[in-house]
Amino acid sequence: MKAHASGATGAATLASTDAPFARLVGATRRFGELTALDDVTLDVNAGELIGLLGPNGAGKSTLLSLVQGRRRPTSGTVELFGGSPSDARSRLRLGSTPQETALPDTLRVGEVVDLVAAHYPDRVPTAEIADEFGFSELLRRQCGSLSGGQKRRIAVALAFVGRPKLVLLDEPTTGLDVDARHVLWAAIRRHHAAGTTVVVTSHYLEEIEALAERVIVIDHGRVLADDTLTAVRDRVMSAVVELTSPEPARVAALPHVVRDEVVGEGAAAAGRLRLTVDDADAFVRELVTSGAAFERLTVRGASLEEAFLALTLTEQATPLAASDRSAS
Amino acid sequence: MTSTAARPTDAPRASTAPALPLYAMHLRMLVIETLRVPIAVIGTMAFPALSLLFFVVPNRAVAEDPVFATQAVLGLAVFAVMVSALFNLGLTVAENREKPWDPYLRSLPLPAMVRIAAQISSTAVFSFLAIVPVLIVGAVATEASVSVIGLVAGLVALAVTSIPFLLLGASIGYAFSSKAAIAVIQVGMFGFAFGGGLFFPPQLFPEWLETLSRFFPSRHARELTLAAVEGTTPELWMLAGAIAWTLGTALLALWLYRRDEGRRYR
Repeated sequence: MKAHASGATGAATLASTDAPFARLVGATRRFGELTALDDVTLDVNAGELIGLLGPNGAGKSTLLSLVQGRRRPTSGTVELFGGSPSDARSRLRLGSTPQETALPDTLRVGEVVDLVAAHYPDRVPTAEIADEFGFSELLRRQCGSLSGGQKRRIAVALAFVGRPKLVLLDEPTTGLDVDARHVLWAAIRRHHAAGTTVVVTSHYLEEIEALAERVIVIDHGRVLADDTLTAVRDRVMSAVVELTSPEPARVAALPHVVRDEVVGEGAAAAGRLRLTVDDADAFVRELVTSGAAFERLTVRGASLEEAFLALTLTEQATPLAASDRSAS
Repeated sequence: MTSTAARPTDAPRASTAPALPLYAMHLRMLVIETLRVPIAVIGTMAFPALSLLFFVVPNRAVAEDPVFATQAVLGLAVFAVMVSALFNLGLTVAENREKPWDPYLRSLPLPAMVRIAAQISSTAVFSFLAIVPVLIVGAVATEASVSVIGLVAGLVALAVTSIPFLLLGASIGYAFSSKAAIAVIQVGMFGFAFGGGLFFPPQLFPEWLETLSRFFPSRHARELTLAAVEGTTPELWMLAGAIAWTLGTALLALWLYRRDEGRRYR
């Protein structure tokens, strides 16, 4: 299914091929006391598939809203296709997803698709986009009657209806079941292969791993990591190790341990430790070499939150980051 | 068959979709949305006609005098359009800003003017419908009378002089949350109605109030519509005032739209 091979030809059609599609320089956005985005500098270049990864409230949506021209930075600059994002003309080659709850309840699906498509010079016909994203049978339905998953598919389709060069997908698969998620991932990959530059936000590591080539990790409004998927995955390759040991302090003091806690209560708590480590293999080697007694060892991959924690704590350990934090 | 004329595109930057079809599309969707939940506009449509029925019709001195009755009906017709414009537009805009659909539309290549114009026009359609019950009650239950030419001229004058109220309604919607907007609109609505002589004729005002009244957009709307109905020449201050309010509220609405960033973060 190569629906848009002719429509999206990627960077080649741009006047200056090396100019970034979107650029943030020292972009900071405050809401009163809260700093949602803190001095972010990054480029989105033609042809990239970027995963923007961070927990809820990390600043991902704020970052997207600056690129979309919906909000202005408190300080710093944001450019979209070399112009100001608040100029409607800069947004002609930009596609975004609305939140799934955003679709107007009383409008029919076909009407919403037509309304959004009317803003673009070269739109995908309604039947074609509905077929691609699997909502052909819903076109006559009012949006208010749809399930969350159906709305989400339509919301993602809206981002592609104007054959954009740059697509910003905010949490595209939240609330979808596994099958629907894989169908959407396939669609995103297909459009990227056809030349569309894609930025996808998620708080699922799995989703970012499945899609992205470049990963930007963001938390507390700051970019913690901006690198290839492999490099970032290595940095957040933390794991959680549980073991029972008669000498917990000695185990907790071993290298690679980022965080330790005693788990369980009463008798079960006797020496049962949960450790977050930044490298499970290296830690186990250290543990064995150390000669410390242990039993019932389990190792599992860290959840994203735990991985973030490891990453943040590692950052803190470096003198530069530490001084930076104490200043704030 | 000519396709929609594409605007001349300058080489480095393409222009947005032609404004008129885009405006028509937004207008159509806004009207459809309102028609599918019509209850919202029914209240504002009934209120002015009920005012006429309860306050003017029982007062036989006014209702049976053709001149006074015509002025009373006209005042309430202006009131109907004003209330509808302020309420429907102010509240709709304020509520929409609190929903995520409007912020999404702002991420599209959509010029601010197109969206504002569409929101104003869709409300204007329903605001204008609000005078129909007033005219019916006026014709049936009072001695108010008007020539066909006077009626047509009056409707045109009413439409034109309602523009500042629409722009003001939009401005209130962009500036306040929906709850605050209700309060602001209610105060403003009655202030304008009394101050502009829509409830009591300005001839009965004390001199200071009569002078102050000449700065109210509701007064301009009343006098210009009255002049159109009676076929008299409007005075300069009425025209100047109406134009000043139209320009002022247009600039205000545009500025507030551009400044607006949707729901406030807490």
